[in-house]
Amino acid sequence: MSDKTERPFLEGWFTRDEAGAALIGTRCTSCGTYYFPRQTRFCRNPVCEGEQFEELALSRHGRLWSYTNACYQPPEPFIAAEPFEPFAIAAVELEAERMIVLGPVVQGVDVDALQVGMPMELVIERLCDTPSERLLSWKWKPVV
Amino acid sequence: MSKDIVILGVGMHPWGKWGRSFIDYGVVAARAALKDAGVDWCDVQFVSGAATIRNGYPGQVSGATFAQALGWQGAQVNTSYAACASGSQALAAARSKILSGECELALVIGSDTTPKGFLAPAKGERPDDPDWVRFRLGITNPSYFALYARRRMALYGDTVDDFAQVKIKNSKHGCENPNARYRKCFSAAEVAASPMVANPLRLMDICATSDGAAALIVSSVDYARRIGRTDAPKVAAISTVTPTFASSMIEMPDLATDSAVSAAAHSFRAALPVKAYEEAGIGPQDIDLAEVYDLSTALELDWMEDLQLCARGEAAALLRSGATQVGGRIPVNASGGLACFGEAVPAQALAQVCELTWQLRGQAGARQVSADAKVGITANQGLFGHGSSVIVKR
Ligand SMILES: [Zn+2]
Repeated sequence: MSDKTERPFLEGWFTRDEAGAALIGTRCTSCGTYYFPRQTRFCRNPVCEGEQFEELALSRHGRLWSYTNACYQPPEPFIAAEPFEPFAIAAVELEAERMIVLGPVVQGVDVDALQVGMPMELVIERLCDTPSERLLSWKWKPVV
Repeated sequence: MSKDIVILGVGMHPWGKWGRSFIDYGVVAARAALKDAGVDWCDVQFVSGAATIRNGYPGQVSGATFAQALGWQGAQVNTSYAACASGSQALAAARSKILSGECELALVIGSDTTPKGFLAPAKGERPDDPDWVRFRLGITNPSYFALYARRRMALYGDTVDDFAQVKIKNSKHGCENPNARYRKCFSAAEVAASPMVANPLRLMDICATSDGAAALIVSSVDYARRIGRTDAPKVAAISTVTPTFASSMIEMPDLATDSAVSAAAHSFRAALPVKAYEEAGIGPQDIDLAEVYDLSTALELDWMEDLQLCARGEAAALLRSGATQVGGRIPVNASGGLACFGEAVPAQALAQVCELTWQLRGQAGARQVSADAKVGITANQGLFGHGSSVIVKR
């Protein structure tokens, strides 16, 4: 167990409530388009001039659109553990939002355990440790 | 009225890691293009430079830099930035000047010196920048290429052996290209033995970054006629369209696609050649060869389908048939492609046009495609909604 202070690596991008982990998105109140990361100023739909948005939790489940892994240590600002541990990356399709969202896959799940089309759920897990803090991120996890 | 402009001359500085200034390479390419065109530098009326800005690193002013290096002679000048499509936008700027009658003879030039290792974002905490966020998460450029590759495997049954065959084909082409950086023929065993970078892509499936420069001398049809060059290849179309909302493919450096709940889903890559075909008044059946942006081996297969050289999902079969190698029905990346060059961002789209020009003139040596080839197409895509497709015909 770590006694480091835990905090999200980004503020306002994801949350954890009674129902579990969720990405925080917005939805244009004029045309219904979803945004992640949050869009609050103007709608990017070319036929919509909407400037009002509601904030909401995006779907917590989706289908695996595609996946890969990082076999080599990515460059900064990635913060690597010593030694670097390869990890998988998922692109997950959210049905209601009709969008694809990227994210790391939870620790311990490599590409061998993944298959395009499989159900995935959003969780929050350690992204990395700094000398003083533990940074948390959203991650994708296969639904068992 | 014809929207054609004439390619009078082309020139390149060989790709590599030379460790010199981008200006040095550009001057070599420009002088080669001037010599090839048989025109004098002092007659050039417009210098159109392609610039690069790499992951937040400021770019270097391109047009004026080369105008000065070649010797100030009072030409008009312009610099275009459009990521991997910078060269095509610089060419489009020259075409606009020529077709509007503002000039008759232009130099279009792109040159790059790349840093060592992974392309990485500028320093500092920038949580509002998706490029910073994705690197913090460990999602690099090869991650995106690998997602596309895995998707092909799941949807169409492509295999890693198919991807390796792209590398083998392109390395065979590049062996015969004096401007290529990697001039070695690779075997399937060598590709399979290279380290895994982003599953299913190995090191040899992914393009490197290189130093290099390419230049074109272009003119009005009238000017070409006056100097007796009516037979020179022409630029028949330049597409530099943006994506159409909702852009449904996950693109660098984004963490999510557009949401397609209120608008139909669109593919950006597929849209690029559509505009080019429309402008040239031809279709995919008229294409004799293609230079496409093989940032990864698997991506070459995506491009073949986006260019409509075959139906969706059938690119691997076309590759396996041998149709896309030099000597086949529709050679793809006869130059050796990015597999043999490595990407020199502002030069790359122009290098594609150089290759089509040499091929359509019958000057490509051992990598020469059929002497009957009359029309070639290029395609590339980069960051921030930039991409291009150029059609060259003779
Ligand atoms: Zn809207």
